[in-house]
Amino acid sequence: MSPVSQGAPPETPRDPASTAETEESLWWLASAPLAWVLHLLATYLTAANYCAKAAEDASLTGVRLAIAGYTAVALLALVLLARRGWRRHRAGESLGPHDFDTRADRHRFLGFTLFLLSGAAILGVAFAALPAVFMETCR
Amino acid sequence: MRNRALTIAPLLFAGCEGVQSALAPAGRDAERIANLFWAMVVGGGVVWLIVMAVAVYGARAKHEHSEKLAGRFILWGGVVFPTVTITALLIGGLALLPPTLDLGPDEPRLAVVGEQFWWRARYRQGDQWVEVANELHLPTGRRTAMTLESPDVIHAFWVPSLGGKVDTIPGRTNHIAYEPTRAGTYRGACTEYCGQAHALMAFHVVAEEPAAFETWLAHQAEPATEPTDAEATRGAALFLEHGCGACHAVRGTEAAGVIGPDLTHVGSRAHLGGVLPNDTASLVRFIREPEAIKPDVRMPAFTTLSDAETAAIAHYLEGLR
Repeated sequence: MSPVSQGAPPETPRDPASTAETEESLWWLASAPLAWVLHLLATYLTAANYCAKAAEDASLTGVRLAIAGYTAVALLALVLLARRGWRRHRAGESLGPHDFDTRADRHRFLGFTLFLLSGAAILGVAFAALPAVFMETCR
Repeated sequence: MRNRALTIAPLLFAGCEGVQSALAPAGRDAERIANLFWAMVVGGGVVWLIVMAVAVYGARAKHEHSEKLAGRFILWGGVVFPTVTITALLIGGLALLPPTLDLGPDEPRLAVVGEQFWWRARYRQGDQWVEVANELHLPTGRRTAMTLESPDVIHAFWVPSLGGKVDTIPGRTNHIAYEPTRAGTYRGACTEYCGQAHALMAFHVVAEEPAAFETWLAHQAEPATEPTDAEATRGAALFLEHGCGACHAVRGTEAAGVIGPDLTHVGSRAHLGGVLPNDTASLVRFIREPEAIKPDVRMPAFTTLSDAETAAIAHYLEGLR
């Protein structure tokens, strides 16, 4: 994949080279929702698979510990993603709304979007994990 | 305009009362659910008022606000407040689950089976199981655990006044427990579409003092009473002659069918099929045109019976108290 900016008109000189975005950069936007999806799938599949085989009033302790582990990993990943997004959002002087057709503003826009998506995903992950706090058996 | 509002308001609130209302709780679990509902209504009302007030202010305000203030307002009012509120609601709702799912210390004494389009219920009475249909009795002040099953399609068991709702799923045994706090008769409904007569798959729950409940159950465990007059005797004979016993049981007689509702004490129920008043006219109608009462019902229409024969069978069944 070649950088999006290749062949494009020169950017304003004050844009640092590090803000150059490539086509791959878009994938960062999917990273936070993806972490959320993986966490949801992992918690759901673990609980469903375990309870389908276990007795109805079987203790969920093992599953709850597993969900706590998935949640810790997912939240850590999302906090790192949010930090990455925040840093890009704050690159340079601009405070938003990052809508100029420049290399730097694309950089900041993608960063801010990643930050917001990470925030939403952190909530989604926390909410998906909450039932495990209350449910003690497969019933 | 005001007069009209005054006329309509009581009608709206009338929907909150009655035998099938989650807003008129008569059971421990229904109370918890109603409390959550009212907390949400009041909380939602307050949020709505705030949003409306801000909208009116926003539309009328003439002067400009600093960007910093606007940014803070969006952050706290649009991000922090909804997040905290929804989290609190979720935690409050989830915290209801463990007590609602608690089956109490005893083994389930009541097995409920949802079938197209009626409810079979079996009570454990000592070593035996006593079968009844469409009318459950529950003791007040005690937690009664139930198993929920279905042999055909998915149904859902719900008595809004008493507690929560759980599906009956073929191949699975689900559980729920109700703990009536107020004596009375409450209406339950199938709340998962299950076929043409889904909306007519109603049943009733009589909540009564534990002593009255035990008396009722002991009576239901008895075999059917003998016909007391000539017409009832003729009805009993016709009932067997026309094969009713292939599907219905009348304990103490040759009728031992297990496909349809147990009719041993059908006359003791307040309703027929959960939807009709239990009287001669309803019994006659159910024998002659069950399809008109519950579309797609499995019971065939006994149109070949004469009026006199149908009346005799209805009279016999009415006497099975």
